[in-house]
Amino acid sequence: MDLSFILIQALNGLASASSLFITACGLTLVFGVTRIVNFAHGSLYMVGAYTAATLVPRLLEMSYGPATFWAGIVLSALVVGLIGILLEILLLRRIYRAPELFQLLATFGVVLVFQDLVVQIFGPQDILGPRAPGLRQPIEILGRRFPSYELALIIAGPIVLGAVWLLLRRTRFGILVRAATQDRDMVAALGVNQALLFTGTLFCGAFLAGLGGALQIPRVAANTGMDLSVIAECFVVTVVGGMGSVPGAFLAALIIGQLQAFGILIFPKSTLVVVFLLMALVLAIRPNGFFGRPEATGGSHVVGIASRAPVRSGPLLMIAVLVVLAALPLIADPYLLKVATEILILALFAFSLQLLIGVGGLVSFGHAAFFGLGAYGAALAVKWLEASMFVAVPSGLLLAGAGGALIGAFLVRLSGIYLAMMTLAAAQILYAVAFQWVDVTGGDNGIIGVWPPAWAGPRAIYYLLTLAVTAIALFGLTRLIDAPFGYALRAARDSEPRAESIGLAVRRHRWLAFVAAGAGAGLAGALYAFSRGSVDPSLLGIPTSVDALTMLLLGGIQALTGPLAGAAVLHALRDWIMPLTPFWRLLLGLSIITMVLIFPRGLVGTVFHGREERA
Amino acid sequence: MNPLLDVSGLKASYGRAQVLFGLSFQLEPGEVTALIGRNGAGKTTTLKAIVSLIPAQADRLVFKGHPISGLSTYRIARLGLGYVPEDRRIFTDLTVEENLEVGRQGARPGRSPWTPERLFRLFPNLATMKRRRGNEMSGGEQQMLSIARTLMGNPDAILLDEPSEGIAPVLVQAMAEAVRAMKSEGVAILLSEQNWAFAAAVADKACVIERGEMRYQGPMADFMNDEALRRQTLGV
Repeated sequence: MDLSFILIQALNGLASASSLFITACGLTLVFGVTRIVNFAHGSLYMVGAYTAATLVPRLLEMSYGPATFWAGIVLSALVVGLIGILLEILLLRRIYRAPELFQLLATFGVVLVFQDLVVQIFGPQDILGPRAPGLRQPIEILGRRFPSYELALIIAGPIVLGAVWLLLRRTRFGILVRAATQDRDMVAALGVNQALLFTGTLFCGAFLAGLGGALQIPRVAANTGMDLSVIAECFVVTVVGGMGSVPGAFLAALIIGQLQAFGILIFPKSTLVVVFLLMALVLAIRPNGFFGRPEATGGSHVVGIASRAPVRSGPLLMIAVLVVLAALPLIADPYLLKVATEILILALFAFSLQLLIGVGGLVSFGHAAFFGLGAYGAALAVKWLEASMFVAVPSGLLLAGAGGALIGAFLVRLSGIYLAMMTLAAAQILYAVAFQWVDVTGGDNGIIGVWPPAWAGPRAIYYLLTLAVTAIALFGLTRLIDAPFGYALRAARDSEPRAESIGLAVRRHRWLAFVAAGAGAGLAGALYAFSRGSVDPSLLGIPTSVDALTMLLLGGIQALTGPLAGAAVLHALRDWIMPLTPFWRLLLGLSIITMVLIFPRGLVGTVFHGREERA
Repeated sequence: MNPLLDVSGLKASYGRAQVLFGLSFQLEPGEVTALIGRNGAGKTTTLKAIVSLIPAQADRLVFKGHPISGLSTYRIARLGLGYVPEDRRIFTDLTVEENLEVGRQGARPGRSPWTPERLFRLFPNLATMKRRRGNEMSGGEQQMLSIARTLMGNPDAILLDEPSEGIAPVLVQAMAEAVRAMKSEGVAILLSEQNWAFAAAVADKACVIERGEMRYQGPMADFMNDEALRRQTLGV
């Protein structure tokens, strides 16, 4: 490893730091003012890349030259800025005071909508943009060739930092933005129209996302996966830098860029592991990142299960439901039984998330981590140890429980939005490990041949087995929630200081909740692996986490039984509608947005609420 | 002459607990009115309800001839009704000058607009700390800045919540001077006070609130002279 190699790696790190900063800066700016973590920020980045990759070649045909190229990049960013304005007016404005879980879900709905729209508008192929005129030749640094476009990127980062700094310090708009970051109501009481201010901020944030995406076109082809990969990185940058802090984002991007450039030498399989270690370290020392401050919002932003008197006919009802479910194989065909098996598994998955969110107030956006760990734990036991199902499923449960213990240990110090973003990041890391560690996990192809023993092979038997296991697990989790442990979690959810002051060990309870929820989700994941016969990295992906959240939202977060109903409805709908339309994600996204806006109690919650209103 | 601010039947609740039970009073142009009452009587709620920072109902809520009931907070402020909160709510990351900039609004016809220079003459100690950040200022200095910031919007009236609370005694006198100076510039002031001695020093009119209801309205001097009334309403 000589000096020139180190220099080139460092320059590479600077170039990716620059692009990351430009994008993350928009996210942190928008969060600072609106207090919304805009999941769709990555989609705006993707739209920026697609727009530039489509627009810039056309412009270059008309007049070839550097000026045209850069004008095209800025024009694409402006287009994305306009989309940001629409996003603010149509959606964000309506959810500023909603609980942060709903804000995240609604903006994730936008992510889904954009995924389908981008394919419809730009086509399914990746689009590689043109190389920048005037920067086509690599330059030589200490005898090594280095792309000159990367140098331009390295300069772009500080330019954007300077421009944003001037905007925030030297213009009235910037002063108002900084004031609103601290105290929105007071800004309004001084006669400032918040709506305009917020729309303006969203324009800036979206412009930066679009710029970040547009600048990528000569190096990376615009593709449909870039939205979620960039948003996970942006989350890390903003959290490490401190939410809402632009200089913090810059510093964090620099460090992460270098870590990725040199981390690849240490962990060639997953540079994200190094990034995660950095994040864990920073958050352990400074829970609010480099330049962040503690969140003022707390109690009122938490939603969770409500207390209500136990239904007297409850146990009877449960037994009746169980009997009906157990009788299903008498009438159902194998396909229906497969769907029913999956619904049971997903119900357990969603219910374990309910323990974290509804009971603990711990908004996890990475619950797929545990589902996937369970599935992979089982599949790896089969593949490498030739274990039977009765060993493999408990291994999956144990692996996921251990994952819950490890991830939980890092996360219990955090709350609110930091926790949501960190759980998501943790799941993304596991996703990257499963994807990149091909020798062990099979990479993208996953692991196949995860089948139950021959006698449990028929759909009806496996269905009954799943029913028995999930019923026992659900019963166990319910007992946990109704025990003092559950009450302690709910107390801590409603007011952490009060719970602590009456002597509850809040962090230990929360940690245990992560272990229990992780084990529950892991059990579901292991059952799922044997139901499908295979595992692949998508089980760990953001869409899987959001599926669980959608089931929760659909069923109702305030009701304990909500996730069960939600799992049934979502999975049945998906099974029925997805084959009929190429717009499933668009429909799902719009449904999530609609639910957040007009139906936030969910199905079961609404039924209960209606009954209580009448009472 | 029409009152500048006309409030009648003002009601407000926090959740299910009603706090204001139909208050009625008027603020005349260029006049200082003190809302007097004990802790929890509903003074702060009254001020917040008027500027729409909390939801409220009123039979009549009119400022300069405009009905302002249900108007958003920023529109009420644009009409020229300023609000200085009890906890000052200085933007602590912003400098004194930047705080003033946030409050700036266009000039109003017939009056010379407030500028940072004029405000620094009114509050001389702010002039010595133009580039200081809000979080490096004392409570009294923050109070001055909060008032100055609201004046930058060239209001016709200011709702001033507990200006004498939590500041050094030596600054209370300066605060009283500032209130008189604002009055002499033609700004009407609705003042909420627990400290009736401070109110007596600056106010023309007294409105005494108890548990969300109006107990007394009249000239401040009469209230001060009538010891029986004071004992009955305030216990002092």
